[in-house]
Amino acid sequence: MSTVLPTLRYSAEHEWIDDASPAKIGISQVAADTLGDIVYVDLPEAGSTVTAGEACGEIESTKSVSELFSPVTGTIVEVNAEAAENPALLNEDPYGAGWLFTVEVDEEGPLLSAQEYAEANGGELA
Amino acid sequence: MTVSTTSKHTALHDEHAALGASFTDFGGWDMPLKYGSELAEHRAVRSAAGLFDLSHMGEIRVTGPDAGTFLNTALVGNLAVIAVGKAKYSLICTPDGGIIDDLITYRLAETEYLVVPNAGNAPAVLAALQERAAGFDVTVADESAETSLVAVQGPAAEAILLELVPAAQQELVTGMKYYAAAEATVAGTRVLLARTGYTGEDGFELYVPNARAASLWEALLETGRGHGLIPCGLASRDSLRLEAGMPLYGQELTRDLTPYEAGLGPVVSFKKAEDFVGRAALEARKAEGATRTLVGLRGLGRRAARAHYPVLADGRRVGEVTSGVPSPTLGHPIALAYVETGFAQPGTTLDVDLRGRTEPFEVVPLPFYQRQK
Repeated sequence: MSTVLPTLRYSAEHEWIDDASPAKIGISQVAADTLGDIVYVDLPEAGSTVTAGEACGEIESTKSVSELFSPVTGTIVEVNAEAAENPALLNEDPYGAGWLFTVEVDEEGPLLSAQEYAEANGGELA
Repeated sequence: MTVSTTSKHTALHDEHAALGASFTDFGGWDMPLKYGSELAEHRAVRSAAGLFDLSHMGEIRVTGPDAGTFLNTALVGNLAVIAVGKAKYSLICTPDGGIIDDLITYRLAETEYLVVPNAGNAPAVLAALQERAAGFDVTVADESAETSLVAVQGPAAEAILLELVPAAQQELVTGMKYYAAAEATVAGTRVLLARTGYTGEDGFELYVPNARAASLWEALLETGRGHGLIPCGLASRDSLRLEAGMPLYGQELTRDLTPYEAGLGPVVSFKKAEDFVGRAALEARKAEGATRTLVGLRGLGRRAARAHYPVLADGRRVGEVTSGVPSPTLGHPIALAYVETGFAQPGTTLDVDLRGRTEPFEVVPLPFYQRQK
């Protein structure tokens, strides 16, 4: 079963966010496992603004494409170029090396605790 | 993940569950989508071997003195002339030339054939064959429910089979040509062994009664592991067939298309004497020429085209993608698409509308991938 990291919070669209400033954002293992082998990620540019609940990129696997939604409103600080270069990192280490971008948060969208997210999406807290 | 309660299970469903497969509905069947990584499964078939459960496919046995002429009337190809022990790819069409299904037909004896339709089309093919059998001295028997089908595909397939057949059948395996079939004993089980497949690699398909399917599957898996074989699901089957430029019914082939749009004109035989179903319509379509043509597209960017995305030339819609995937072997996006015939020449650059943003694609000859022989 897919792991849900207890130290993070999650959006209903399967993004995770940590409590650092700027905040780091990625996709959950539940999402990565559902998508299958991820082969391409399209990320917002550093300096651009994102809006909570709105699409800010794309994640493409061999089987499907999903939009990437920003869980917060704010300004992109840094983008994980390594994940863009090697998208398999999202499958291998979604909560670590497969992070996507950091953002200076102006306003949070609706976020779930790890437990709420795991219950809603069939993940395993670990 | 969706859990369907209505999908049919193959005789190997428990094997798949024990191997940790994730399942998907395909043609009314609950089939393994993948066991682990679909990319690893794809690469195993290209470099070593993969084991597939294809028991959702139909098996219809046609027997009787008129079997050859009957199939020549029911299908568009010339099945009466194929030798015993050989197979042929063919199509079954409606009277107006629309494709009901694409299928493989094996000639097992002078008066006995095995017709293999796609899972979702098996009932329609059976009904059409039964209807078209009127007046012929043939029996059309649906054996789909009792028959399992497993495939071993990849460059190591022959070596795996050789470990599992008796000494007296080694030459039967090594000497078996592509699109040939014969009875064989694999891991102690009598099977119909065919050198056919849908992956672009060398490989075998084994038809076996349901009761023997699990033991055969386990033997192939165990012996195959030493050769790098892993179980493979429908996700890798789809990306493999797409790289090989092979059409999938429901995507590239439908009742709204004739063989001439699909690039399958050579499958139709007008030389045979029989007035086969669809003949007049197909003669007319061949004479007037198709206005749409199936082409291969190579992505020049990184984003992949997917089914139903519009194909554009100078901003005008000239076609539609039917299948698309980031090619694991080639490392760039590939797609099949129907385009207006004027845009079908290899080298033509077209745009595909990928969710509002276009990416350039180039028309390329098919297949995308061809194995080294």
